[in-house]
Amino acid sequence: MASLVGSRVERKEDKRFLTGKGRYTSDINIANQTYAIFIRSPHARAKIKKIDTSKALKSSGVVDILTGEHIAQDKIGGLIAGWAIRSEDGSEMKCPANPPLAKDSVNFVGDPVAVVFAETLDEARAAADLVKIDYKVLKAVSNLGEAMNSEAIHDGIDKNLCYDWLLGDRQKVKEAFEKADKIIKLDINNNRLIPNAMEPRACVIDYNTASEEITCYTTSQNPHLSRLIMSAFGGVAPENKLRVVAPDVGGGFGSKINLYNEEIVCSWASKKIERPIKWVAERTESFLTDTHGRDHITHAELAVTNDGKFLGFKNETIANLGAYARVFGTVTPTYLFGPCATGVYIMPAAYSNVKAVYTNTAPVDAYRGAGRPEATYTIERIVDKAAMELGMDPIEIRMKNFPTEFPFKQTLVHQIDSGDYVAGLNKAKEMADYDGFAARRKESESKGKLRGIGVTSYFEACGIAPSPVVMMLGCGVGLWESAEVRFNPTGQVTVYTGSHSHGQSHQTTFAQIAADELGVPIENIDVVHGDTDKGTFGMGTYGSRSLTVGGIAIVNACKKIVNKGKRIAAKMLEASPDEVDFKNGEFVVAKSNKKKTIGEVAFASYLPGVRDEVKSPLPEGDEPGLIESSFFDPANFSFPAGSHICEVEIDPETGHVKLDKYTAVDDFGTIVNPLIVEGQVHGGLAQGIGQALYENAQYDDSGQLITASYMDYTMPRADDLPDFNLGFTCTKATTNPLGVKGCGEAGTIAATPTVMNAVINALDGKEISLPATAEKVWKACKEMKKSNAKAA
Amino acid sequence: MKKIAIEVNGKKVSKEIQDHTTLSSLLRDILNLTGTHIGCDTSQCGACVVHVDGKSIKSCTALAVDLNGSKVTTIEGLASNGKLHPMQEAFKKMHGLQCGFCTPGMVMSAVDLLKNKKNPSDQEIRDWLEGNICRCTGYHNIVAAVKEAASKM
Repeated sequence: MASLVGSRVERKEDKRFLTGKGRYTSDINIANQTYAIFIRSPHARAKIKKIDTSKALKSSGVVDILTGEHIAQDKIGGLIAGWAIRSEDGSEMKCPANPPLAKDSVNFVGDPVAVVFAETLDEARAAADLVKIDYKVLKAVSNLGEAMNSEAIHDGIDKNLCYDWLLGDRQKVKEAFEKADKIIKLDINNNRLIPNAMEPRACVIDYNTASEEITCYTTSQNPHLSRLIMSAFGGVAPENKLRVVAPDVGGGFGSKINLYNEEIVCSWASKKIERPIKWVAERTESFLTDTHGRDHITHAELAVTNDGKFLGFKNETIANLGAYARVFGTVTPTYLFGPCATGVYIMPAAYSNVKAVYTNTAPVDAYRGAGRPEATYTIERIVDKAAMELGMDPIEIRMKNFPTEFPFKQTLVHQIDSGDYVAGLNKAKEMADYDGFAARRKESESKGKLRGIGVTSYFEACGIAPSPVVMMLGCGVGLWESAEVRFNPTGQVTVYTGSHSHGQSHQTTFAQIAADELGVPIENIDVVHGDTDKGTFGMGTYGSRSLTVGGIAIVNACKKIVNKGKRIAAKMLEASPDEVDFKNGEFVVAKSNKKKTIGEVAFASYLPGVRDEVKSPLPEGDEPGLIESSFFDPANFSFPAGSHICEVEIDPETGHVKLDKYTAVDDFGTIVNPLIVEGQVHGGLAQGIGQALYENAQYDDSGQLITASYMDYTMPRADDLPDFNLGFTCTKATTNPLGVKGCGEAGTIAATPTVMNAVINALDGKEISLPATAEKVWKACKEMKKSNAKAA
Repeated sequence: MKKIAIEVNGKKVSKEIQDHTTLSSLLRDILNLTGTHIGCDTSQCGACVVHVDGKSIKSCTALAVDLNGSKVTTIEGLASNGKLHPMQEAFKKMHGLQCGFCTPGMVMSAVDLLKNKKNPSDQEIRDWLEGNICRCTGYHNIVAAVKEAASKM
């Protein structure tokens, strides 16, 4: 049987999606369900003086209206930060309470205050309009740069500062800077983004009055984690009385990691009103209340020698947490950001200092890449600036500072097991016809256009691990993953995984892995995920961890199956287990033609006997059945890396940036399914390019989100993007048996600096903030023209 | 309330509906055809695209009462006799979908493009699909899928 790992297997999940048979949360209806509408704060910062629901309660079809008072009476807990971060001075981070319904104060536009349940959606909407809430409006803190000098928005949190964190050695950096020939300085923003999974968040809750079990169907990337938080911190129900199901989920990108207010409130309320509840977000609710991403202000400095060697690096960043600290909110700008800020380079000394602050804006949490895009943007922009100031080629300066020996101990935290950064950049250079750029630039200039080329080399740290280390760093849970592999007596296999697919194609790739391990046709393997009542526990999907952590748990469970199968086959074939080899689905006794298929062994394991004779195929000590599980906790992160090159052509008359060519060369170790991996890269690139050229979440001074619809927030569309030119190199990961590395976030991490470096190159080095919209580029072109005229 | 009679995926349907019921709501909430998706409230994302009398429209901004007597085809009605439409086959072959949420609208829109233009260029495909937002694929494989389908139709 040919190996499926490495093959372009078409997806098992496609048929249902292509025929309209996907089952997303909002497709689910339960008999007798009520409809929920959340009443949200229209103010960014206010005290709640009074809530009057009397008129609304009398409105047609209303079942109940609940507020923060009811939440408090029932002692329902709030939302939490998943990582505890300590400041440089040793003090613990400061987090405000975040009740599921605000009781005393609201802290961002969209903060839920009350909820109406009614027989129909129209009736719920009509009643919601009748709820009267008196607010005392306070001055909002909506500007990140001014947050530390503004009035504290949460009691007891001075300067709105959650923590002031340091990683690295300030003294060493100081000494390194003293030896430098040149200090490159850069002030940049990392614009705020809204993840915008195409499926708006939703939940459908069904409380079973007989079993007293709550079932919560929801749009989650990690149903077990949601259940854990809802039970342990929300106190909604014990875990055994709480089933969380994340069926087909229409994209996540980090925004569906968090357990949200609506899921807690509706789960609790369903039990209270003894009716099923359906809530589906409108798109504007998603804009307002989904966790946002990025939003940094950074000052960076790079100490270099005149021949382009890096000596030291400083990263001073202010990160926006929004109104509350959420699950990955506090770790994203620290351990996911700080260590990666020195990039793929030998950097003798470095530090990252991050001040995370609260503002009256939606909570900010992990968004595709989570910290690593911000880090890569910082280092790759300053490296380009260094090349320019030193008069060096951007590729030359990168090559000069790459490590060439692995494992490579990266400056701040990571021990990178494998990589070949030189090979990746060389390949990208060739594929992008880097040497032909000058001619193309001339050609563009002859048409009155500006052409720029941008280069980025990146590494990513994904599949956060091992658990004891992440918990030492402040994580509230272990970041292992589990799997269970079940052979049915008649030979088909069900693989249960704690990972969750919301576009990542696990039903296909995980089945490929299991098919190879077990020698069973892929058609006979089903992958089940997303239901806390099915399979073992799971930590879910984010941070490019599914394959490198969850996939390996499947491999290990399969290996256990094979080991047990070997023992059974040996007994059936009257040989010793040492003599039995397993290959292509068959247990074969060495130097003989005696064999049993894994199907026969599975069958025998469930039916351990024969007629007229007391005889078992099971060795002593082995129990019947062929079901194994595994919890995999990797020894380290996985470290994909690569180099991307793009070219832009700018029309100085309009400021329009045309993305002309985009080349991405990535090293993901072993690739299980190239078709799917290419798709992951394409999608990642689109989001990174979106950040560079189009997307920008903007709040006005009063804290109103002025980009809260697709009319205002610029999503990249088909006609905004080019075809992508992809290439791969391969150095296998040494920390897992498949040699795989994460691939889900790479495109997003690399694309933003690649595009911005190209834009800035086209503008002859003129700095421009993210995103490089036509308006900003047009203004920059005008200024360039003016200064060129002066120089002439 | 008004009574309307329409044909959905070849079946005659007669329903009493409210004046403000949109076509998407009729399909999803009343006829339980949940393949048509709602991704926004502003007629921007295109997840709700269906065919009405052979033309692609955004069903979230069409009032059902206005469509009395028309023929509607949704993603559920595209395959015939259990055989996928060439566009559906092409999306599968070229990995033109990931989470699947935008897919029904994207496929219905692309099918209409090929009715209007047999062999569209890359740019023509990208221009046509400008009203369908996909957050997963970066559109690369969607464009490839539409070209693949064009070559097979």
